[in-house]
Order: sequence, then C-alpha cells, then structure tokens
Amino acid sequence: MSAVPDKITLSADALARIDREIAKYPAGQQQSAVMSALAIAQDEHGWLSTPVMDAVAEKLAMPAVAVYEVATFYTMYNLAPVGRYKLTVCTNLPCALSGGAHAAEHLGKTLGIGFNETTADGRFTLKEGECMGACGDAPVLLVNNKRMCSFMSDAKLDELVAELRASGDAKAG
Amino acid sequence: MLTIEIDGKAVELPNGSTVMDGANKLGVYVPHFCYHKKLSIAANCRMCLVQVEKAPKPLPACATPATDGMKVWTQSEQARKAQQGVMEFLLINHPLDCPICDQGGECQLQDLAVGYGNSSSRYGEAKRVVFHKEMGPLISAEEMTRCIQCTRCVRFGQEIAGVMELGMIGRGEHSEIVTFVGRTVDSELSGNMIDVCPVGALTSKPFRYSARTWELSRRKSVAPHDSLGSNLVVQVKGERVMRVLPLENEALNECWLSDRDRFSYEALNSDERLDEPMIKRVGADGTPQWQPVDWQTALEFVAGGLKDVVARHGGESLGVLASPTATTEELALVAKLARALGSDNVDFRLRQSDFRGDGQGEGIAWLGMPVAELSSLDRVLVVGSFLRKDQPLLAQRLRTAARKGLAVDVINPVDDDWLMPIAHKAIVQPSAMPSLLAEVLAAVLAAAGKSLPAALSGVTPSDTARAIGASLAGGEKKAILLGNLAEQHPDASQLFALAQALADATGATLGCLTEAANSLGAEIAGARPQAGGLNAQKMLADPRRAYVVLHAEPEFDCANPLAARAALEKADLVVVMSPFRHAEPYADVLLPVAPFTETAGTYINCEGRAQRFNGVVRPHKATRPGWKVLRVLGTLLGLPGFDFETIDDVRAWAVPPQDTITAKLNNRTRVAVAAPVRSANGVERVADVPIYFSDAIVRRAPSLQRTADARPPRARMHPTLLERLGIAEGAQVKVKQGRGEAVLAAVVDAGVPPGVVRVAAAHPSTCHLEGMTGTVTVERA
Ligand code: SF4
Ligand code: FES
Ligand code: FES
Repeated sequence: MSAVPDKITLSADALARIDREIAKYPAGQQQSAVMSALAIAQDEHGWLSTPVMDAVAEKLAMPAVAVYEVATFYTMYNLAPVGRYKLTVCTNLPCALSGGAHAAEHLGKTLGIGFNETTADGRFTLKEGECMGACGDAPVLLVNNKRMCSFMSDAKLDELVAELRASGDAKAG
Repeated sequence: MLTIEIDGKAVELPNGSTVMDGANKLGVYVPHFCYHKKLSIAANCRMCLVQVEKAPKPLPACATPATDGMKVWTQSEQARKAQQGVMEFLLINHPLDCPICDQGGECQLQDLAVGYGNSSSRYGEAKRVVFHKEMGPLISAEEMTRCIQCTRCVRFGQEIAGVMELGMIGRGEHSEIVTFVGRTVDSELSGNMIDVCPVGALTSKPFRYSARTWELSRRKSVAPHDSLGSNLVVQVKGERVMRVLPLENEALNECWLSDRDRFSYEALNSDERLDEPMIKRVGADGTPQWQPVDWQTALEFVAGGLKDVVARHGGESLGVLASPTATTEELALVAKLARALGSDNVDFRLRQSDFRGDGQGEGIAWLGMPVAELSSLDRVLVVGSFLRKDQPLLAQRLRTAARKGLAVDVINPVDDDWLMPIAHKAIVQPSAMPSLLAEVLAAVLAAAGKSLPAALSGVTPSDTARAIGASLAGGEKKAILLGNLAEQHPDASQLFALAQALADATGATLGCLTEAANSLGAEIAGARPQAGGLNAQKMLADPRRAYVVLHAEPEFDCANPLAARAALEKADLVVVMSPFRHAEPYADVLLPVAPFTETAGTYINCEGRAQRFNGVVRPHKATRPGWKVLRVLGTLLGLPGFDFETIDDVRAWAVPPQDTITAKLNNRTRVAVAAPVRSANGVERVADVPIYFSDAIVRRAPSLQRTADARPPRARMHPTLLERLGIAEGAQVKVKQGRGEAVLAAVVDAGVPPGVVRVAAAHPSTCHLEGMTGTVTVERA
C-alpha cells in the first residue's frame, strides 16, 4: 500500500460531477448525494482512503464519521486498495444455499486467495457481497461493481478467470 | 387527545404519542435499550416488542404510534415470547463477562437478561469479537464486543452534543461503533455517552475498575463550575468521592451533565490538596519556610495579623478577594468579617473590568427567566459569550430549541462553532461590540418608526445589524442574553445599557448568563462593595496592606493577573483559604477549607434558584468547612455577631427565603446609553477562560487536563493579521500587554476578526498579560 497523504483535494472534474449529483436534491439536502459522491471519489482514487472520505465529507458539509458509515455499509466501496479485477460473490443465505458459498470457495482456491485478499500480481481481489437482488440466478458475482455474472458454475467461473487473466491491459471498469 | 389501553388500563395521550409514551405515563415498564426519552426513535433493538390488538405480529412500543382505542398488552404470551426471543438474539454475540465488566450491577442488559433471558444459551457457535477503540481521556471503549448497537451514543452526539463524533460502521454482524479513523471524542458533553450506553461498552475512564456500584453511597450535591447549578449524585466509597453522575432535574440539567461537572471530582482526591494549616516563617538561613501548624495557632496568627494591620493602617487597608464558586454562607461571613474590621473592600467579580454600572442597577442581574424557558424561545440574541464552553448545558438547551425553530443571533468577537444553526452573526473586535449593538438598536427603532436616543444620533446600521434587528423584532418569545465575555468587557456597562434599550424596543427579555456557580449567591451575600469600598480592580491597582483570598487563585482568576500577583506579593499579610496548596510565593498563611463536597452550603444559580447541599464526605485531613473557619476567626477577633453554632444558623442569617431572593432579581440598570466610541487602534486581545481552567478545582482535574480543550493556549489570529505581521503559522510569537508578555505559538484562525488576537486567560502561560481585553502587541519571538 502506498503512503496516503494527510489531505487530498478532489479534482475539479470530480467536484463538478459531485455538484451535478447534489443538484438532484433539494437545497440543503446535499448529504443525500453521499453515495454518488463516494462512487465518484472512488473512481478517481481507486479506493476510499481516510483523506478521500474527509474530502467528500467536507464537500457535502457532513460529519466525516457519517461518510465513513456509508462507505462501510456498502460492499461496492473499497476501503483498501484492490486488484485490477474485484470479484464480489454473493454469500447471503439464499445464494449460500444455492451454490454461492461453493462458488466463492472455488474462486478462492483457483486464485489462491481468501476474502478481502488480492493476488500477488495485483490482478484479482476476492470479496464477499451482500444480496444483489438476483437470488434466483445464484450463484452470482460482480466484476468491478458493474458487470453482473449469473449462474456461476465452477466451469463458468474458470472461464471468467481465464478471460480476465487474458484481458491483458483492458481497462478496469 | 386520544385514549389507548395498556394491560387493561386506559391512558389519555396527546396526538402523535407512541405506545411507549403511554406506558411511561401509566408507569408500565416496557423493556427497552435503544429508546431514550431525550433522543430520537431508532427502533433498532426490538426489545420493546408488545402485542397490539389486530396486529398480526408484535410491534415495537417505542416506534408504534398510539391510535385512539388501541389495545396493547405488554405481558401477554405473545409479547413475552417476542421479548424473550429478542433477548436471546442480543445475547448471541454479547460476551458473558459480567463479573469483569465495569458496568456490572448497573447494566440494563444484565438486568433485562435476568428478567427475559434464559439461564443457559442455545447458541454454541463462535461469538464475534469487536476491537477496542481509543476515544480520549474520558471515555473508555476497551470492550466494544459488549456493544449491542443501540446507537444511543451516536444519536446523543448528533442530537444533544451537536457533533457526530461516533458513528456505526459496517452492517449486520459486522457493525461497530467507531470514531472517524483514529479521532478522539472531544465534545464538552461527551461523558453523557457513558450514561446513555445501556451496557458496559462505553465506560468512564477515570472511574473504571475503582469500585462496584453497590459499594457506593449516593449523595446529592450541586455542581460548582457554571451558573446552571446542575444537580449531582456524588457517589462515595468510604470517605472518597469515586464518581459524579447527573441527578435528573428537568428544570436545570435535565438528565445531562457537562464533562467539567462530571469529571472535576478527580481534583478533590489529588495530592495538591492542602493537608493542614501552614504559616510562612523565615527560617534560620533567612529564607521563608512553610511550617505546618494546628488550627489554633493558624487562626491566632491570622487574627493577630489582621488586628495589627487594621490597627496600624486602618480598616481600608484590608481587601477581600473571593471566588464566586464559594458558598453563599462563606461569602456572607467573609464580607461580614471585613466590614466588622472596618473594610468595605470585598469583591467576587474578579474578572470584571468595567464597574461603571455599580450602584445603577435596580436589583441583582440574572437570567431574566427560568432556565427551562430558554427551551421555548423563538428568538435569541447572544452577546459576548463562549457559550459552549462557559455554560455547556445552556448551549445544549439553545441547540435543542434551535432544532425546533429558535433563531439564534450572535454578536461576538470570535466565531466559535456552537454546533447549532446560527441565523445571523456579527463577529467584530471587542471595542466595536457596543457600536454594533447600537446599530441593531438603531435598525429596530428605525423600522418601528421611532426616533433614536440623542446619544446614538450618528449611528447607521449595517446590513448585519439590520438583519439581527429584524430577527429580534419578529417572534413571540425572545431574549437578549449577555454572556461572560460581555460581563468581562471593558465596556460592560454600555453593553448592558444598550441590550436593555434593545430589549425594551423589541419586547425581548434581557438576561445575564452570569459567570459562576454562585455569582448570584455572592450578590445576596453582599460580597461586593456596598459603601464606597474598593472593587476587585481597585483593590489591586491601589494595593492593600492585607488580603484575605477565599477559594480564588488571583494569579489566574483576576482580570489583571499580573497586577494581582504584584499587589499580593507586596502586602504585609495574605491569608489564603483554599482546598489546595498554592499561592506559596505571596501567601503568609494557608488555611485548608473544604471544597463543595466537604461542606454544607448554598449556591444560587443564574435563574435565582437557591440550592442547598450538604457535605458528601468528611473533610480531607485537617481541612475545615470555610464557614466554620470564618466563624471562629470572627469570634477570635472579638467581632460581634459571629456566634453561629451550626450551618443552619449561618444559613438562616445569610440566605433569605426563596421569594425574597426572587424579589431581588432585576436586570434594570439606570446606566444611560452613550455614544459608542470605537477606540483601540492596534491589535486587540480577546480572552476566553478555557473550560478546564475556569476555577481552582478543574485546573487540578487530571483527566480533564488531558482533553483537547485543555491544550495550552495559542495566539489565534486572522490570516491577514499574520500576513501583515510577517509571521508564519506555528511560529512562536511574543504577545505583550501592559508590562507583561507571553510567548505562544501562532495559529491561523479565520474565526477571529482581522485586528484581533485571541489569547486565552487563566493559564500559566498567559497569566503574565495585563488584562483580558485591550490593546496588545504581537511580534515574532
Ligand atoms: S456503544 Fe453503547 S450506546 Fe453506543 S451503540 Fe453500543 S451499546 Fe449503544
Ligand atoms: S442472496 Fe445472493 S443475490 Fe440475493
Ligand atoms: S426500544 Fe424499541 S426498538 Fe429499541
């Protein structure tokens, strides 16, 4: 993990995007934009370090610890640096009973890492996710928060890993 | 109104009430954890499940709105089963460590587990573990595994303290209470989080593991640190004060306590206590030596010394400097003693610098209304106050009222964050405060089509003044409150006169927050000049031959600490009555007198409420209650009228009945409004009295001294001033005032007006500066 500076300022572009989010809510309700603001900040910095959350808190005039509450509630926010591909497997009860737990285990074995760990080459991070509202498609997983993969049998998981390994320098979503 | 029935008993409730309100009204106990009558409803613990007619499932009493005709059962089969189920869930992750838990014996979870839990657990899997947290010197969060996620502590911060310092991160089984990455909890009300925490997750760091609740005797007392007079339960083991908790009094402190009132007791057990009377004698080698003596010797020495000074130089050569934290009885006796010796030089207003209002008032200055009425104001203008730090729980009242629509306006020389919405504020240098108030008055009069008093003819209101005026002109219940800084201001009498004129013009009530726990008691006791005697300032400017110092530390407590020091050092005889060993450089006799926990006494708070208290422990070693010492001294001196036998005798003489006190409260002053003069060119000083340096007791309370509020003062300046002076942030600067100077670190503070340096008073590093206000010079050190 590289050293994190004490204070970070978000880029003008990020701030402008956050302003657009704030504008969606009534005046004085800028805190409602906290989830999108965190997402924007994460897109810019890769993960939400303390100073990044501080910057979001300052921008939205809310207590830093309240930003922290949100950032820790949702598994899509990264509170530590992650690999190029973050694989988030749902292990909530309905999924767990329909192969989700097994899928996670299989992925872990294939990649040689546990939950919240990153492969030595920095390519994969494995995460445990909460219900994605797709219980019927179990096992399900998300690649980099944005690509949803359903019915992930062992074979499909192996295929996915192979694809991502091969995808070389393709931009992380 | 609506009527519901709980367990067969009918109760009438206002619309918008919950089932829990009904149960409370009926005195029916519904088990609960997250519900707290002063906090918002979270409904997250589910302990309060009850059966409601026609509802298919049990409902949480705290969050279920009462509807007319609703029937509720709190003890039915369904309700009990639900409550037992919730308890079983709560205990799944709760450690079974009550024997080593500091909360043991006073834990809601422990109590409710006895009533609703099973004697053994069906849960055999691993329990979760939550890491401990560092929250600062007052709150211990060493055992967060015990937390049941009720979020009371979080809501307390958000809603009462006004600052969200704790939050709950994660979700589900991974939820934990944290501060934001490594920060401490710095609120001046933080100790209340320990009280609201229903389990042993948040505990008192100073108290932890020092006693079990059932070993403690509980004794009532009154807090000595601010003008609210919070009610206390002092918990005692043997002859030692172990802990202080709030005694609920809805009219004053509600169920809260400021950290100052809660943790200051540590000083009472400190090794800085004075054990026995001491006399300074010149030793064989010519250097002064402190000699412990018995009371007889000490008092004879004092009586002889006082007699001698009075005989040689007259009664007026004696001065009495008393702290307004002394009891009314002590203050009345010390004033009587001085007058009987022929001196009217008695004063408790040690930090005051403008005495032009003396003799002009029609009564004793007070809050102008009961404390509880602050909660129902629509408009308030606070003038010259460090509200949050001077009267933390009055600030809390205004904060809570502000959430319900109170518009708070401020005229102050610093822009401190009061953690409440401020409608309008004017932040100006101290010398400009009277003219700003005059502008507001001018704006109000102009808007009402009335003419200005002649003295204010040249005044034209600024936009801010107009806005404040308009705000005050509106609203039904309104008040103008003068804070400690207004009282200590060099133009205090003008601020008062202007505030009175403004109150008259707007129909607002004029109130004084009043400086100390017993400022009003000191007035009742006559502890200020009554017949042309010297006030606190003059007594020091024109030094006396002898001084009696009661509970005060003049080197910190006086407006001009340097002058105080010099006068005391020069005097022939200085008698210091204090619970602590101090004043050695200038005192000749040290008499150990009891602090509030070791003597009976009466404090009169800002609303004029006389509150009696008794000693809760025996006095430390040879310490004696101050009233006894003064009584014996009076008798030894052969003065008439000192033959009191008991505290009740003293009280009957010194403290009038409540209605007599109430009848004396009056904020009218005859001081006429004068044309404001904007003097002071050069840099002006603003001095706050930091919350944990306000009196002799808190200065010696070790845990409070480790908080953020107790950090040494720095020279706070507006960025433009720093730039003008060519000083970098963090550099050492020399602040000179009068003959004194202080070397401090400079810090940028945009909340200080451009021509002002903020340097706190009452601290060893700044007690060589002359005066709390006035012009200073700042230069690179
Ligand atoms: S620390 Fe105490 S008050 Fe705070 S959530 Fe946990 S149990 Fe409740
Ligand atoms: S439980 Fe996995 S998607 Fe719902
Ligand atoms: S007290 Fe009602 S849910 Fe906690």
